[in-house]
Amino acid sequence: MTKTGRSAETLGIADYPLAEKRPELVTTAGGKPLSALTLEAVEAGEVTLADLRITPQALKDQAAIAASAGRPTLARNFERAAELVDVPQDFLLKVYELLRPGRARDKAELLAAARELRETHDAEKMAAFVEEAAAVYERRGLFTFRY
Amino acid sequence: MTEETRRDSGKVNATTQSNRQSNRWRRFADWDERPLRLDKFAVEDPENGFAAFRGAKDPKPGLVVAEGRVVSMDGTAAADFDMIDHFVAQHHLDLDLAPRAMAIPSEEIAHMLVDVSVPRTELVHLAHGLTPAKLAEVVAQLSAIELAFAFSKMRTRKTPGNQGHVTNAKDDPLQLAADAATAVAFGFDEIETTMRVARNAWSNALACAVGAAVGRWGTLFQCSSEEAEELQIGMAGFTSYAETVSVYGTERAFTDGDDTPWSKAFLATAYASRGIKMRCTSGAASELLMGFHESKSLLYLEARCLCLQRAMGVQGTQNGGIDGAPLASTMPGGVRELLAENLIAVWLDLECATGNDARHSESEIRVGAKILPYLIAGSDLVCSGMGSILKYDNSFNPSSFNGEEMEDFLVLQRDFEADGGLTSVDEASALELRRRAIDALSAVFAELDLGSPTAAMKQSVAIASGSNDTESYLPRDVAFISDRIKERGIDVLDVIKALAARGFREEAQNLLNVVRLRVSGDYLQTAAVVRQGHVISAVNDPNDYGGPGTGYRLSAARRRELAAIRDVLTREEVLRTEATFAGAEAKRIAYKSMGAAVAEGPADEIVIGVSPAFGIKLFRTLAGHPLSAVLKALSEGIATEGGVPRIVRMRHTADTSFLGLSAARLAGSGIGIGLQAKGTAVIHQAARLPHHNLELFSNAPITSLAHYRALGANAAIYARGEMPQPVVVPTEGKALGARYHAQVALIYAIETALTEDGAKPEEIAIAYLEAAE
Repeated sequence: MTKTGRSAETLGIADYPLAEKRPELVTTAGGKPLSALTLEAVEAGEVTLADLRITPQALKDQAAIAASAGRPTLARNFERAAELVDVPQDFLLKVYELLRPGRARDKAELLAAARELRETHDAEKMAAFVEEAAAVYERRGLFTFRY
Repeated sequence: MTEETRRDSGKVNATTQSNRQSNRWRRFADWDERPLRLDKFAVEDPENGFAAFRGAKDPKPGLVVAEGRVVSMDGTAAADFDMIDHFVAQHHLDLDLAPRAMAIPSEEIAHMLVDVSVPRTELVHLAHGLTPAKLAEVVAQLSAIELAFAFSKMRTRKTPGNQGHVTNAKDDPLQLAADAATAVAFGFDEIETTMRVARNAWSNALACAVGAAVGRWGTLFQCSSEEAEELQIGMAGFTSYAETVSVYGTERAFTDGDDTPWSKAFLATAYASRGIKMRCTSGAASELLMGFHESKSLLYLEARCLCLQRAMGVQGTQNGGIDGAPLASTMPGGVRELLAENLIAVWLDLECATGNDARHSESEIRVGAKILPYLIAGSDLVCSGMGSILKYDNSFNPSSFNGEEMEDFLVLQRDFEADGGLTSVDEASALELRRRAIDALSAVFAELDLGSPTAAMKQSVAIASGSNDTESYLPRDVAFISDRIKERGIDVLDVIKALAARGFREEAQNLLNVVRLRVSGDYLQTAAVVRQGHVISAVNDPNDYGGPGTGYRLSAARRRELAAIRDVLTREEVLRTEATFAGAEAKRIAYKSMGAAVAEGPADEIVIGVSPAFGIKLFRTLAGHPLSAVLKALSEGIATEGGVPRIVRMRHTADTSFLGLSAARLAGSGIGIGLQAKGTAVIHQAARLPHHNLELFSNAPITSLAHYRALGANAAIYARGEMPQPVVVPTEGKALGARYHAQVALIYAIETALTEDGAKPEEIAIAYLEAAE
């Protein structure tokens, strides 16, 4: 069993689109099925924007489907994205900003962001990705003043 | 000499003078005036970045791998890799496969791309092991037709689609809603907006989201704005995709664009984590425009961009020049290069929105020629933004095709039976959808206290072709609306509730359906769009082209849709139209059959031989002249030169030449006029061969009554044995065939249906009635 309580089944092309072929696997963060996301429920205030977000599990499932369709890089992007679902928007934008040229003054700033991704948000793959950037930025001299 | 004539003769003298001195063929002056000459062309100059395929410093393809690591790629050692090299080597290349893939000669791979027996999947897999220089070297070997064919085979999703721009010069939300609704009706799978004033983004997003929910659901929508704000608008649920994540093929261009491969890849991941479909943007000549081309070709730099995008794990790209298309098109082979870079995109298994947006030429011929390969090959999104609005309303810049040229595109689809993703919309439905969208948005404004547009504003927008015609919101008004949406944190659920509360339940449900797509994330897969409420993508609708009869084919229903353009002629309609003239003609002229015509008459007699349906089933010429008026003009013309007309109906033929010759052989003078009901006329002479007539008026649509009068006069002059000045009807270069031939064919079939082999000519007595002109 995975963390979300789903048995570890490897999904493939035949399960796609999930909403049609495997609706029982598609739930909101709060555990509601797709069929609960009706207009009446919206009007009654029973559906919030949080219910209309993608979940880490859905992204992992889409990653499995992408991999089975022969798209390993797309699958890896979905796996990284699964790690970012619950990362707050402000921190997300902060990391994006730090990754832009000349925003981080030195390698340490990026490494700190990577650490926060790993330790606070359990985003191991994303953290490694930022660390890779830090090494390349240093070699290519990107920690220079821009504005 | 009057003052005026003196001036005129002075002009003539001056012209004559300049003619004598001129040393220029005037055709060049004509060419100077054509729109094409507004386009500027540049000489090939590889050192300075002006090379489509062969840059001065393009590297030779190459890859050295040792102990599971890249030692060098395309001539650069790993230690010297720039950010792009590093990212591509690290995340794109499949090192188990690469040494084998790189060892295949480029000619051989080029052959595989156009070989129908080599499956797409095999080539896609092979590309995982090819470097940018290798990919560029392979596609560079293909001619334009081979590129288009390979593109058709390699593109990702089977069913073609299209994307439209919805913007206007005032950022007017009412017009955005109305135009979004019409764009949806035309069939765009995606619509994209942007603003004249950046802070109007929230208003644009809300208005387009509401408009796109009218009529049907499933059109994806993006609001192109500043990166962070665009993501926030997406988070609020208004938008469903993003595509302005630009990447570049040189490191300096990338950093000047204020990003790196890692920042852009992070953004791509962020969009996926929010359940929003995303593609990158790249394309020829962006590095050249930004001043950092490194003396490399357009194609090689774009191959780097595309490997980078696959490496980032984005599902797709919009490339094919994009904003650089006009610059690429100044170079020799530039337009072919755009095809080549689109091919690399789909070969790398990326969804491809194939450019054809930024208008690359002022020449409509160049624009039409450029779209054709994409239209007949099919494309995930033929245009990465066709202007669904008028050119001046396009806040991105005019596209190749815009609101003005929408019907040209629809007709091209019909001509080639090629699916460009669009469908005709009839006038009544279009107006109804516009009104509904305007009312829906007004309801949302009222419910959320964002504004109360007047009936006059709404009416002006509903019927407006573009924002010049509207009396509606101006950019400043919109800024207040937009700020309020943002400040109050209004999100898509507020809008859905507002629509439902005000009775727009269908639109509320449609909008909810689009937002709900992000829960499963099905539409994040490669080349996903929504058709009839179902997500289709390269996963469940893969392009399986393998030769004739395979891949995407028009269904019978889709073929009917493509055929159903506006204003098509039917036989019934032509007959109905003719019948409406029957009554009017009956008041002007009476024909009376006098029995078989005989070949005897005075020497000044000219016979007018009319066609079988003349005045019986057909009543006016293609130029619109009543047949009574034509007969009268001919007769008057004959009389002015002392001739005497006699009218005979031929029943054995409807052909002009034989009508004329048969008439001539009946005429005492030996001169006859053949006249078809559609107005085609000929002067013939008894002794001549059938197709060797004296004068022919073959362009009936531009033949005036004055011409018929002159024709009659000339016939009488021939009858005297003299040689008149032939009457020449100026054609003015009109494509008369295009304008009239469908009608001609239908009308002529009515004539030929009345012919009877061996039937004798019939003498006709004419009486002009009171109403005759």
